[in-house]
Amino acid sequence: MADFLQQVVSGLASGAIFASLALALVLIYRSTDVVNFAQGEMATFATYIAWSLMDHGMSYWPAFMLTLVLAFLGGAAIERTLIRPVEHRPEIAIVIVTIGLLIALNGLTGWIWGAQVKAFDSPFPNETWEVGGVVISQQDVGVLVVCLVTVAALWAFFRFTTLGLVMRAVANNPTSSRLVGVRVGLMLAIGWGLASVLGAVAGMMAAPTLFLDPTMMLIVLIYAFAAAVLGGIDSPVGAVVGGLVLGVLINLLGAYVDFVGSELRLPTALFVLLVVLMIRPQGLFGHVAVRRV
Amino acid sequence: MIRRLPTLINFGAFVAIAIVIALLPRFMGEFRLSQFTFVALYFIALLGLNILTGYNGQISLGHGAFMGIGAYVSALLTLGRPGLELYQLDPPGWLPLGDGMTPVFTIPLAGLVTGLIGLIVGIPALRLAGVSLALATFALAVSLPTIAKRFDQVTGGGGGLSLLLPETPFGWDISTRHWLYYEAWVTAGIMFVFAWMMVRGRLGRAWRSIRDGEVAAASSGVNPALYKTLAFGVSSFYAGVAGALLAIEVAFVNPDTFPVGLSILLLASCVIGGLGALSGTLFGALVLEFLPVYSESPPLIDAEFSNQAPSVVFGALLIIIVFLLPGGFAGLVRKLGMWINRAIARATTRRTAPAPASDS
Repeated sequence: MADFLQQVVSGLASGAIFASLALALVLIYRSTDVVNFAQGEMATFATYIAWSLMDHGMSYWPAFMLTLVLAFLGGAAIERTLIRPVEHRPEIAIVIVTIGLLIALNGLTGWIWGAQVKAFDSPFPNETWEVGGVVISQQDVGVLVVCLVTVAALWAFFRFTTLGLVMRAVANNPTSSRLVGVRVGLMLAIGWGLASVLGAVAGMMAAPTLFLDPTMMLIVLIYAFAAAVLGGIDSPVGAVVGGLVLGVLINLLGAYVDFVGSELRLPTALFVLLVVLMIRPQGLFGHVAVRRV
Repeated sequence: MIRRLPTLINFGAFVAIAIVIALLPRFMGEFRLSQFTFVALYFIALLGLNILTGYNGQISLGHGAFMGIGAYVSALLTLGRPGLELYQLDPPGWLPLGDGMTPVFTIPLAGLVTGLIGLIVGIPALRLAGVSLALATFALAVSLPTIAKRFDQVTGGGGGLSLLLPETPFGWDISTRHWLYYEAWVTAGIMFVFAWMMVRGRLGRAWRSIRDGEVAAASSGVNPALYKTLAFGVSSFYAGVAGALLAIEVAFVNPDTFPVGLSILLLASCVIGGLGALSGTLFGALVLEFLPVYSESPPLIDAEFSNQAPSVVFGALLIIIVFLLPGGFAGLVRKLGMWINRAIARATTRRTAPAPASDS
């Protein structure tokens, strides 16, 4: 039982990382109606920036905060320069632009920082707590707390501030929002900035355990996609729940099902996802899309 | 006569390209030749991807994985059970591996198996419209290497499977590389003609109508589920054939031969060549093979860039194409053609029109 709980806790920690990135995907999906394939590479790029800042002697938390600011500006800039020109083109055009961004950013990361793996400092002590026989790593708890605090802050922003309300209005109905005087373009840019911040948090939390290399976030991105689709691609709550569930699920499957082991975690998770989608195409918390034709 | 002109030009271009391809080996060494063999097999994979994405509007980020499946099928059938036992592998008894085959005959079989797997993947994919499909196929691309490593008693795990380079058949007096070059391009030619017939006919009309409006297509009596699954099957057949050719050419398959990057670059070069235009696919294949080489050490200027440069160039090119040339390379050619046409028309009307009277 203690072992089981331990697996659950470490599953929650990786799940929180998936949840952050999944939430980033959902944010962009709700505002721009497109899945951002470059989200993972944007996160990796931001994490490398944090690494550089620390490499130049900055201590962890100032570097963390500065990276978030830079990630916000970067995300907003990408929306303004790359996404806006194709905003009204078919979905496939926007998806392809984000794929182009994925390829280019991945190359750029390798070009600037080299392809070799880098160690990334963790702000949390490499120690454990023991609670009633369950050994809990402080690293896991730290990751979980940082991710959940970020998500909660974002929720509060959308729920309690005027800007958050306006952004929800834009996601809901851009045309009407524009008619009542909202600067829709600016709001979309802010949305991309916030998504980029979430990604940066996920990247910096994942880096100490995954180690930093240009493809670090690729697998995390796939899990985040899976989490977002599982929760319902248009549901922020779903993304967070989906991420946590997925994190725990793959950890338990990897630990207790011999056939799955450590290699088949990803395919198994995807298979579970496919089965869920066959039964509930809109995901667990998503809305059924009704289209007028 | 005039109305048939475009068809004639197309046919002429096809024959001209075929002649160039047939004569090309006279002018190059074995290494260059091998690069052009890769162009042929990328061309086949891109034809399939273009059918799925360009003509049917379904995005696949998993075609590298389908190529991988084709390559493994070809390698396994070439080796057969005795060959695998030489590697001290222990494939399960129910796998119909046979006793080893001539590599060239594994090509259609690899296509069929991959096509079948594509059909199976395509059925749940029906429920995943648009982006979810891209995600599902992307996930397939990411998981294939891990699956191949897990079932190492069949696939040889991370070490992969080595094959022998086949010998030139019929006592032809050409090297193996030449033979593989012709084998790849003849296959590519056949696959192109098939693709062209499908795309021009009833099937292609059904695919395009679904792409342009699924509800409208359904209400005109086209069964979207059937045709979308079919597009997936056909497209994976193409990828499987390409994968088999790749396995034969490099005489080696392992999980890292088909990384996620390949799947992504396949889609990218398909867009660069031109979605919904078979002719652009050849250009896409050339880009996929040669852009990485030339962006690392560009010709004419004396510079060596990082080995990451190709990705940056590829990504930037892709974005530029979407911004400026939504039709890709084929669209550019079409635009140029129309421009020349208009110029000719203008010139001929000016000549037949009465000359304006001049006073001075």
